[in-house]
Amino acid sequence: MTSYFLRRAAQALVVVIGVMILTFILIHMVPGSAARAVLGVKATSARIAIFNAAYGLNRPLYVQFGDYVDQVLHGNLGDSYMTQQPVLTEIIQRLPADVLLLGVSTVLALLIAIPMGIYQAVRRNRISDHLLDGVSFTLYSMPDFFFAIMLIAIFSVQLRILPPEAPSAQSLTGMLADPRALVLPILTLTLVSVAGFSRYMRAAAIDVLAQDYLRTARATGASERLVLIRHVLRNSILPIVTLVGLSFPGVVSGAVIAEEVFNFQGMGLLFFQAATEHDFPVLLGCTLIIGVATVVGNLAADYAYGILDPRTRYGNA
Amino acid sequence: MATHEFPAAAGVGVAASAAASEQPGGRPGGQTALRAWARNRQARIGLGIIAALAAFCYLGPLIYHTNQVTVELNSATLPPGAGHPLGTDGYGYDVLGRLMLGGQSSLELGFAVAIATTVIGTVYGAIAGWAGGIVDTAMMRVIDTLLAVPGLVLLLILVNIFAPNLLMIIALLTALSWLGTARLVRGEVISLRSREYVQAARALGGDSWWIIRTHLVPNAFGVIIVSATFTIADAILTLSALSFLGLGLPPPAADWGTMLTDGLSYLFDGYWWMVYPPAIILIVTVIAFNLIGEAIRDSLDVRLR
Repeated sequence: MTSYFLRRAAQALVVVIGVMILTFILIHMVPGSAARAVLGVKATSARIAIFNAAYGLNRPLYVQFGDYVDQVLHGNLGDSYMTQQPVLTEIIQRLPADVLLLGVSTVLALLIAIPMGIYQAVRRNRISDHLLDGVSFTLYSMPDFFFAIMLIAIFSVQLRILPPEAPSAQSLTGMLADPRALVLPILTLTLVSVAGFSRYMRAAAIDVLAQDYLRTARATGASERLVLIRHVLRNSILPIVTLVGLSFPGVVSGAVIAEEVFNFQGMGLLFFQAATEHDFPVLLGCTLIIGVATVVGNLAADYAYGILDPRTRYGNA
Repeated sequence: MATHEFPAAAGVGVAASAAASEQPGGRPGGQTALRAWARNRQARIGLGIIAALAAFCYLGPLIYHTNQVTVELNSATLPPGAGHPLGTDGYGYDVLGRLMLGGQSSLELGFAVAIATTVIGTVYGAIAGWAGGIVDTAMMRVIDTLLAVPGLVLLLILVNIFAPNLLMIIALLTALSWLGTARLVRGEVISLRSREYVQAARALGGDSWWIIRTHLVPNAFGVIIVSATFTIADAILTLSALSFLGLGLPPPAADWGTMLTDGLSYLFDGYWWMVYPPAIILIVTVIAFNLIGEAIRDSLDVRLR
């Protein structure tokens, strides 16, 4: 068991290094050098030389990469071209808001999708199953931004019960002070995740429902309710653990869109604004943080799975 | 949109669909997956929709001539009526005609990305799965790294570095979508490699290339097709997300995502004809490709038949 955990941790470390190499390569793919991107096309070669020397861009690539790793490990992700603020500070300011947005919507999505999937599996091929299937299929095939704007059209414009914009505060307490403004961004991300989770859950529950141990459980005279909770729920929920880990990058992509639509002051909006302003230190800093968060999240999901299901520990990971 | 990435990556043969399993039981023994698929109602509906859409986008402009080149501001934002069955947009383009034109780039992009993704992903996955050992490990860590960064995030950076045009967006979307295919093919090759018939082929003295060609790729074909179908749906959705973020195809080109985004800015002015037609056609297209993909996946999964 320990060896499995250690091996997975070593794998994760390799991927983290990979992500750092990736962001480093991206830095150097900026067309016509970072200096031109910042100073503009009219910059003289002397100014570019000064800029390159100031940022250490005139040294060999491997030296720059070593330096980059060193800086990152010391928590220095560079300064934003636009605000001149340290990138890490900007990200940390916005992190609590994202933990709130992604955390609450993922938990809500699971709370809806798990019972929904099991219900659909039990009522398989009945009208209610087809109906729910149609809903999740449509949600799943819809552009996130369109869905978000439709929610605004319904709840803010037609019914006038919810504000169309997320709280303007950046701090967690400021956001929680205006809970009504959080409803639509959270609802958008929740429903988008429900669509994927519930389809997966339905399939997993159908698999479990066909197992022999269910027949045995029923033969012992266990009530249907007990069978569903103790056997179907427990066994079909396992793959969801991995799925939550795997779906994290997708949820982040959804968050970029949702934050842009609702003007939610999170990392996704920071990232998108940086993208429109060609602010590469911010872009790459966010990429690194998101990449590391994904790797850690997947590692945590695998560990959870390993603890919940002993069989995986002996297979080749 | 990228939330839609994971089912394709997470595992083939897991999700079940309603239509595939509702068919009467008692199938003849030797039925191939292909025939099961052709008899599948879900697959037929999906294919029918795609055929109709392709006809609409490519044959439509031959019958229904519209000006999609010059801006005509004096006929902008006209409601549906004579001459313009679906009205005109903010630039005076006829919405119906623009849907046809936009559909061409959306469909072409989807198919181009799917083909490129399939070729690259299959070759990469087959090599990793067949080679095994340290080669496999190294190749898989590269994929893990790229998968760790959300597709849209990477795309926004790359679009910033390279100016977006149709070819570049196809290349970038391919660069991000082959990962799932490669993983699936690798998994399939690893599982096929230990089957008796592959071992028998080896025992008979077949070399690696011959075994990969005659046994592994044909047997992994179903998985590859499923993933290609989902890739088309994902690529169309991703392009629309890029358009929404203002980083899609530059102006002379039209695509459904851009039309929808432009239309949405007029939504609260009551210009519904600029919003719902592109929204519906975009969603129906994505649903159709997803239907086909699920139908093939189900027909491959023996347990569900």
